[in-house]
Amino acid sequence: MREITFSEALGEAMFEEMSRDPTIFTYGEDIAKQGGIFGAYKSLLGKFPDRVIDTPISEEVIFGSALGAALAGMRPVAEFHFADFLFTGMTAIANQIMKFRYMTGGQAKLHLVLRGPDGISKSAAAQHSESIETIFMHIPGIKVIVPSTPYDMKGLFKTALRSDDPVICFEHKMLYGLKGPVPEEEYYIPFGQADIKKEGKDVTVVATSRMVHESLKAAKNLSKEGIDVEVIDLRTLVPWDREKVLESVKKTHRLVVAHETWKRGGWSAEVASVVQEEVFDYLDAPILRVGAYNVHIPFSPPLQDFVVPDSKSVEDAVRKVVGGAV
Amino acid sequence: MEYSKEFLQSLYVTMVRIRTFEKKAEELFLQGKLPGFIHLYIGEEAIAAGAMVNLRRDDYITSTHRGHGHMIAKGADIKKMMAELYGKETGYCKGKGGSMHIADLSIGVLGANGEVAGGLPIAAGAGMAIKLQKKDNVVVSFFGDGASNRGAFHEALNWCSIYKLPVIFLNENNQFASTERVQETTSVANIADRAIGYNIPGVSIDGNDVIAVYETVKAAVERARSGGGPTLIEAKTYRIKGHFVGDPTLYRQEQEVEEHWANEPIGRFEKRLKELGMLGEEEKKNIWELAKKEVEEAVKFAEESPYPAPEEALTDLFVDDTGYDY
Ligand SMILES: Cc1ncc(C[n+]2csc(CCOP(=O)(O)OP(=O)(O)O)c2C)c(N)n1
Repeated sequence: MREITFSEALGEAMFEEMSRDPTIFTYGEDIAKQGGIFGAYKSLLGKFPDRVIDTPISEEVIFGSALGAALAGMRPVAEFHFADFLFTGMTAIANQIMKFRYMTGGQAKLHLVLRGPDGISKSAAAQHSESIETIFMHIPGIKVIVPSTPYDMKGLFKTALRSDDPVICFEHKMLYGLKGPVPEEEYYIPFGQADIKKEGKDVTVVATSRMVHESLKAAKNLSKEGIDVEVIDLRTLVPWDREKVLESVKKTHRLVVAHETWKRGGWSAEVASVVQEEVFDYLDAPILRVGAYNVHIPFSPPLQDFVVPDSKSVEDAVRKVVGGAV
Repeated sequence: MEYSKEFLQSLYVTMVRIRTFEKKAEELFLQGKLPGFIHLYIGEEAIAAGAMVNLRRDDYITSTHRGHGHMIAKGADIKKMMAELYGKETGYCKGKGGSMHIADLSIGVLGANGEVAGGLPIAAGAGMAIKLQKKDNVVVSFFGDGASNRGAFHEALNWCSIYKLPVIFLNENNQFASTERVQETTSVANIADRAIGYNIPGVSIDGNDVIAVYETVKAAVERARSGGGPTLIEAKTYRIKGHFVGDPTLYRQEQEVEEHWANEPIGRFEKRLKELGMLGEEEKKNIWELAKKEVEEAVKFAEESPYPAPEEALTDLFVDDTGYDY
């Protein structure tokens, strides 16, 4: 199969769906002329000169206008530039977009997508490194997608562009350049279907985004110690695939949940809690969580490395839940 | 011109020190020695230099992502600045902040800012504190043309106007907000015109003329100190370098940059000083050499300084260094 990058996968999804649906248009800071800070929209402006728009630095309006445009018959794809700047216009999302349909008794289908980069990169420091997907899982009212591969990026994003509900998509900065197989034929990935990225029998590791890759790396290392790890990529957090996770835990009896965001109150707590509510009797060890220390992302490389989890953090957690039993 | 040679040379020296620091930072970044990303102030030096001579050490400023020049003009220690750019323990923020988050409360610098227009509400708050404490300090809030499209700008101007706060809003209109030209994203030809809506004075000046900046800010500072309230000053300049070091600048032609380079503030002021007989060749040479020496020493200091110990990442969240774990 041909290989394309994560960033190209996003560009293809946009291109195909914009060709099909004339109501899709996209806007944000630096996305038209530059094609986005990570270049995903490079050829989009040439193809759709009226539907790719550079906007002022006005986040509350970038997000809030997506609601208005959706209500008035378009399907906006608004870019948040860096996940940190979701906060800058957060009220338009949390108070308007996420509440609108419910408050109005289900009157509207909100055809709108918010998307952009999140996560760490090389020392972008505290105001350009945020992963805050958990917040959008906590507040009801938006579907949350968190792709980890070019294949998932394209398939999930195409589904987002046909969704009848608002969707937010988090694209990890370190993944844009990642290459992977993506078929030429059209495909869609439904929300709420986790993907088993690696099968295993001893421990289940549930992860998303960059941490899927760190978990796969950990699984590879741990296999040398005879520990067989199953890596489940949730792919979407709202909805999340409870069934697949429960099935896996029933098989492995051990669970580690890993994300880049802060451990305290991170979505791993939600997953861990549901698992113990549902299949407590199957568990052979406490569920462990892997996440960042509860501080901001520091600038200096050794500090950032210390704060943010990586494959070693996953390995340590897995060894601990196995506790010599394997 | 009724100014003394000493005074005029001091403005020149400040601009030269900023330029020299920025050139070095650019060189070091391109050599791969600085992590993260940096935004240079080259070509905009007259604004920081002309504005800051009006301020006392205990007056406040809020800065931006393009803040090195503001720091230097306000009297920052460039050794600590350089060490911060390197992510070293001896830096202003102990390596936690980097270029975009440098602050020095001891000289009234309430922080650079990674969030565009993030400083304006902070300036409003400092203005309130000054007023409540019946002090005669002032705040100068620096921000870009792009920042003037954020709600925070409009809210802060209205706020400071109604409470008559001692805040000078100093807009650095360098014609660009990353890839976007000011004309494409801004509803007014002069950002100073926005003052009308908030019933405060708005002045548009040549930001590459250090004397014009000095005189305009002087009047605004006097007004603010004596309880007259805020002023909006637009200093028109041009961003000579890319948005950040490494920016491919696909949005403009090199020729345009060359045309503007002819108008850069240091060369212009140098010519004026020479015409006045206030800058001899030997003096000029000495000023540049001293600046170079100072920056070289800062680089040496930064390079010889250690990185922070990884565990240092867990300090400084709260005063008792708790809160990072659970
Ligand atoms: C709230 C917010 N939105 C977007 C960004 C990304 N960003 C960083 S600098 C910049 C352009 C800023 O332009 P301007 O205010 O004119 O300042 P300049 O860079 O020209 O000095 C943008 C969009 C940001 N840092 N903060």
